[in-house]
Amino acid sequence: MPLGYLSRRLFHLALILFGVSVLVFLMLRMIPGDPAQLLMGEYATPEELARLRAQLGLDQSYPAQFWIYLKNILQGDFGKSLRTGAPIVDEIGVRLLATLELTLAAMLIATFFGVAAGVVSSVKQYSVFDYGAMFFALIGVSMPIFWLGLMLIYFFAVKFPVLPMMGRISMGLEVPSVTGLVVIDALLAGEFGGFGNALTHLILPSFTLATIPMAIIARITRSSMLEVLNKDYVRTARAKGMHEAVVILRHALRNAFLPVVTVIGLNLGLLLGGAVLTETIFSWPGLGRYVVDSLMGRDYAAVQGCILVFAGLMAVINLAVDLIYALLDPRIRVHE
Amino acid sequence: MSRIDAFKDLLRNKSATLGMVIILLIAAVAAVGPGLAPYDPIMPAPLDRLQGPSTSHLFGTDSLGRDIFSRVIYGCRISLMIGLISVSISLVPGTLLGLLAGYFGKWPDSVIMRLMDVLLAFPAILLAIFITAILGPSLTNTMIAVGVVYIPHYARIVRSSVLSLREQLFIQAIGHLGGSHTRILLGHVLPNALPPIIVYATLGMGTAVLQAAALGFLGLGAQPPQPEWGAMLSEGRQYIQIAPHVAAFPGAAILLLVLGFNLFGDGLRDVLDPSLRSR
Repeated sequence: MPLGYLSRRLFHLALILFGVSVLVFLMLRMIPGDPAQLLMGEYATPEELARLRAQLGLDQSYPAQFWIYLKNILQGDFGKSLRTGAPIVDEIGVRLLATLELTLAAMLIATFFGVAAGVVSSVKQYSVFDYGAMFFALIGVSMPIFWLGLMLIYFFAVKFPVLPMMGRISMGLEVPSVTGLVVIDALLAGEFGGFGNALTHLILPSFTLATIPMAIIARITRSSMLEVLNKDYVRTARAKGMHEAVVILRHALRNAFLPVVTVIGLNLGLLLGGAVLTETIFSWPGLGRYVVDSLMGRDYAAVQGCILVFAGLMAVINLAVDLIYALLDPRIRVHE
Repeated sequence: MSRIDAFKDLLRNKSATLGMVIILLIAAVAAVGPGLAPYDPIMPAPLDRLQGPSTSHLFGTDSLGRDIFSRVIYGCRISLMIGLISVSISLVPGTLLGLLAGYFGKWPDSVIMRLMDVLLAFPAILLAIFITAILGPSLTNTMIAVGVVYIPHYARIVRSSVLSLREQLFIQAIGHLGGSHTRILLGHVLPNALPPIIVYATLGMGTAVLQAAALGFLGLGAQPPQPEWGAMLSEGRQYIQIAPHVAAFPGAAILLLVLGFNLFGDGLRDVLDPSLRSR
């Protein structure tokens, strides 16, 4: 991949992240009320408020405040949480791993079932399976996932209690943290009981979160497969007497995969957003739930930190998708 | 294709027809809401709290004893209004920005599109949450938040249409004949860029309803006692173990309305924009 393309994209990424930090800064200044008052409560004396304002740099001009803010976030300092007093960057770190665990599990589910449904639908176009799968895909993209989550909780944790209702692992069970992903850590520690427990906790939230991307991936796989299934090279492969499974998986799916890869990448961003709702429903201790809790507790420094991290992740994911796409399809680089 | 042909095609399209029927049904319910609702949607009836579905309360009652069926009916109006207003808030500035960026190119294009990229860098729901937090939780602010979040999507779509239209001979000819930029943009470029905008706006109504319901679910949207479906779901969450119907029916209503918009949008795309036709 040409260095010019890569450096252009990295510059673009830096520009976007700068824009995001400006926007977040401006938006936080628009929140009504005095942040110092908010931090110290209504019984603070004017002297105490003035001291805190000076400490936070709130008595300075906006450009000076922005400079302090930018310097701090570049050093990874998002300030301290109003509710817990702990450094926000530490709080985000722990929760980010929980969100990543949930997001990755959802992505795996969405990719596996989405691609499988899309392939079968395309091979059996206009069959009952095709109509059924595409109908469910349409329902999937129309469904409020917070509702689906609640209904899954009702059916699988209340009516037929086969899965846990909330959390990452049962109370009392502990797994030594290596990667921060409980399922993997349990496996690494050889604690199969803990692994099974963490896995059962992961099933409902990850299926809930996977629904929309699964539906989108199924639809795009189907239409992309339909396009290549009529190509000459697929006909040639069949004419050579190859097994149908080999034709479908090796010849057709490999060529149909490019748009699917893009959609999978773009859906990672969607999953991060979806995590906000899914984590709230399943009390999953991730970043999404943290941002909602911080917002309810008017902990704006924490909200700001989370939003910057989410936006940064989105920007990096989008860049990675573009780069992978450019690697897979040289025509993109030429057009750029 | 003439407008009549397009309409005939639309009627022949099964997906569009089904979507249209669902939307029209919900719009009809919204229009005659008070006439259909058997109970007052706001007035609590403590003696009837958390009753399951029955002949006297089709969808059961909530924790304050209010009839969920009546509240779902009143909610139709709110959800349709959210869809229409949010989409208008995204559509008008988004289209204008896309037109300017695509038509003038150079620095206006760079400035506008980089700004849009910044907005797109946020997960949509998170940006909506943030905006609502600043403006304060209410139904109006929810619509503004959801509207603002989707401005970049319209700007991008319109810009890409304008980029190809700008090179077309008939647009260039009008320019050479002395047509002003405003006349070219509003009289010739915009009408030709409309099909993808209409398709996206229809699908966008569903997305707006979903996002607004999510904000309502998080307690940031419509405030009690307004019968907004997302807020009703949020209340139902507390009673999911003993009274799942409190959450089930408002959620099903959201699903039905969004499904209607998605079906209609898919059908519209097939008719108006064959290049994007889903196979």
